[in-house]
Amino acid sequence: MNAILEMRGISKTFPGVKALDNVNITVKAGEIHALVGENGAGKSTLMKVLSGVYPHGSYSGSIIYEGAERRFKGIADSEALGIIIIHQELALVPLLSIAENIFLGNEQAKYGVIDWSLAFSRTKELLKVVGLNESPETLVTNLGVGKQQLVEIAKALSKKVKLLILDEPTASLNEKDSDALLNLLLQFKAQGISSILISHKLNEISKVADAITVLRDGGTVETLDCRIEAVSEDRIIRGMVGRTMEDRYPKRDPKIGETIFQVENWSAYHPIHTHVQVVKDVSLNIRRGEIVGIAGLMGAGRTEFAMSLFGRSYGQNISGRVTLHGHEIDVSTVEKAVSNRIAYATEDRKTYGLVLAEDIRKNVTLANLEGVSKSFVIDDMQELAVANDYRARMRIRSPSVFQEAVNLSGGNQQKVVLSKWLFSDPEILILDEPTRGIDVGAKYEIYTIINRLADAGKGVLMISSEMPELLGMCDRIYVMNEGSLIAEFDIAEASQEKIMHAIVKSGRR
Amino acid sequence: MDTRTADELHVSQPKTSWMEFIKSHFRDYGMLLSLLAIMLFFQMVTNGTLLRPLNLTNLVLQNSYIVIMALGMLLVIVAGHIDLSVGSIVGFVGGLAAMMMVRWGFDPVTTTIACLIVGGLIGAAQGYWVAYFKVPSFIVTLAGMLVFKGLTLALLGGMSVGPFPVVFQRLSSGFIPDVFGGQGFNYTALFLGMASVAAIIYFSFRSRANQLKHAVETAPFGLFLFKNGLLAVLVIAFCYLMATYRGLPNVLVIMAVLIALYAFVTNRTTIGRRVYALGGNEKAAKLSGIKTERLTFLTFVNMGVLAGLAGLIFAARLNTATPKAGLGFELDVIAAVFIGGASATGGVGKVTGAVIGAFIMGVMNNGMSILGIGIDYQQVIKGLVLLAAVSLDVYNRKK
Repeated sequence: MNAILEMRGISKTFPGVKALDNVNITVKAGEIHALVGENGAGKSTLMKVLSGVYPHGSYSGSIIYEGAERRFKGIADSEALGIIIIHQELALVPLLSIAENIFLGNEQAKYGVIDWSLAFSRTKELLKVVGLNESPETLVTNLGVGKQQLVEIAKALSKKVKLLILDEPTASLNEKDSDALLNLLLQFKAQGISSILISHKLNEISKVADAITVLRDGGTVETLDCRIEAVSEDRIIRGMVGRTMEDRYPKRDPKIGETIFQVENWSAYHPIHTHVQVVKDVSLNIRRGEIVGIAGLMGAGRTEFAMSLFGRSYGQNISGRVTLHGHEIDVSTVEKAVSNRIAYATEDRKTYGLVLAEDIRKNVTLANLEGVSKSFVIDDMQELAVANDYRARMRIRSPSVFQEAVNLSGGNQQKVVLSKWLFSDPEILILDEPTRGIDVGAKYEIYTIINRLADAGKGVLMISSEMPELLGMCDRIYVMNEGSLIAEFDIAEASQEKIMHAIVKSGRR
Repeated sequence: MDTRTADELHVSQPKTSWMEFIKSHFRDYGMLLSLLAIMLFFQMVTNGTLLRPLNLTNLVLQNSYIVIMALGMLLVIVAGHIDLSVGSIVGFVGGLAAMMMVRWGFDPVTTTIACLIVGGLIGAAQGYWVAYFKVPSFIVTLAGMLVFKGLTLALLGGMSVGPFPVVFQRLSSGFIPDVFGGQGFNYTALFLGMASVAAIIYFSFRSRANQLKHAVETAPFGLFLFKNGLLAVLVIAFCYLMATYRGLPNVLVIMAVLIALYAFVTNRTTIGRRVYALGGNEKAAKLSGIKTERLTFLTFVNMGVLAGLAGLIFAARLNTATPKAGLGFELDVIAAVFIGGASATGGVGKVTGAVIGAFIMGVMNNGMSILGIGIDYQQVIKGLVLLAAVSLDVYNRKK
């Protein structure tokens, strides 16, 4: 098999940082090539070099694509040759239709006049290929994330793609949509389209990849060929972190006490469609020192439940009772919820968790400014001491606490969010997808932090779409589907199969 | 995985050289240097007229109301909003003050208090729609601009109303009297200047000592001395010049106190910090327990009070209230805040920047008037300076 792409000796430096150091990668025609590595290993930078975001001359090394050395000056150059990149954050315009999005910048037009019937019919063909059953006129904003991802792929197909690059395509997809997407990649492979898949989900990689290149600290560690022998997840992790990771979940000896937190008959309705009940009569409890999970598919209502509980941050017409240590508490505003020692760390760090333009110090104290101030005046030095303390304890990697949050990696951002909530001194900590988009090493650290919290006698409620994570971390797991809790498992009896069965069974009702 | 211990992660503080420090803090110093450069330029081309005591006094009087409003506008812009109505509020409050004192016979103190309250109420009325109804502030205050421009006309019946009682005029035209009885030299001004220099130096040494104690990156000591020394020389020179004329204008003292107060509020208080968080990421701020609606509302109330104060000062300065008072002030105020480095998307901006921005505009107005440049080209030049200042800032930030 010939190589469609060969990147040789690629090095790229930013002021003060060597992001890529002599990286080599060879992608054969018609294969699915996975690119793995911890956050900050250089995957995205490498793909930006390839697609021309960093133009020729700003890096050293050479790119050989379809047998000739290429010097891309911008994305337009690489796209013209069929190299299409789909970014983790989707680049669709929400208020335009599927067809308009697919042909954005590449309109089906003659002399500037768009031929809509041609655009629609071509869109229909493309949607059929990617298996999306929607009208071309549907607005993108009305689609779920999974379907939007398919629109992006259809857009790539419309440009006669030869090498498709997907950056974390399944990060926000549920299992079903992820599988559909991976199957699509396999289909493309059969048609001779090559792809580069960047993912943290190693099980998916071992499912579809033909070859795996591992990057670490800006350098190539190794390329594993899956056609010769099956590559295990542990093997990949060993390459990524430079050592074997015996256990992906830190050990913990749970010391569970009495029930401290109870939610009874919690209900909430959709903020716009007032008759749609999104959270249906949810009752649950958490005991001292316990980590309780909520499993479920995307859109099961878990985040909505958590946010409606946390100061009515979601929905309307909310009802139900919350008790902490046997006393009913008022959680009707975020401020009251926080002062009643509830904390909620969001699934969407950048939108809901951090003030990105501000530094670590200011983000850490944001939810508890009273803790570092006297009668409305902030004590700078006390604040600094608090921030330094959390930076050290949570092992936030940055030159100092004056680093702006926007410049931190996903794992470190998550640690800042957790620091913020720990500093508010909660009894009950609700963690919504605490490890989304975080690399393996940082995940382990986050798990360790969560375990420490439980050991300190707090109650932790953990929402996650990754079932192995829930099974590895929790003492008890609730299962949610369509807004209701449909099952509860003690960790001893829980398994991925049982949880899926519960969801499927309730869906059929 | 990183296996370094937490201690090793603390990067040791290397001794930073002057140049490096200035480079990395260019945005902080660049603005001040531009102001000094512009002043130097006009000082030369006007053959020294710019810094004559009389003109310096005028410069302060002419710009005081812009600076005072820029303090409020800074908070509004940092919170992610804009207020286009401040010029109309200046006119309306000035007109109200005139009617109260000249026509309805209220005394100046009652009038002043009532007018500040009315300013606050106007701010509250607009802030209500912005904060609780989520109507874009651009629209609400555009409406407010029209409404209060119209109400000013109606209130004054289309005429100019004045003159004011002498006590009220002193708000703008009065000076801090000399208690030492110097002949033609106002010792009080000089002493006030020296006292503020002493205070500034005391506080900066204290905060530096505190920073060193906690191993925070600090300016090199030489630069620190130079900066404080320069500031001391400038303040004392300024007060000396003013002392040779009539001393420090009352308005200057009001302005200086307000600048110090707002610098403190934005830097050191919880409410200031929360406004920045609100402008930086409203959703995150809200989910951190900050009452974002109320805070937005309060920034508009604050803006209204300051615009009311500016209206009083402006009316007192002209000694008459006219229906055209305040026309276009909002543009000068907004320009001052943006020249001062605030971000149009919110979350970024400094009180010192806004004040320097206001003086850059003020010095240019004043200098160009001395040179006899017509109002037509003055506007062209001011527009271009605004564009240049903000593009330079955007360019610097990209680097």
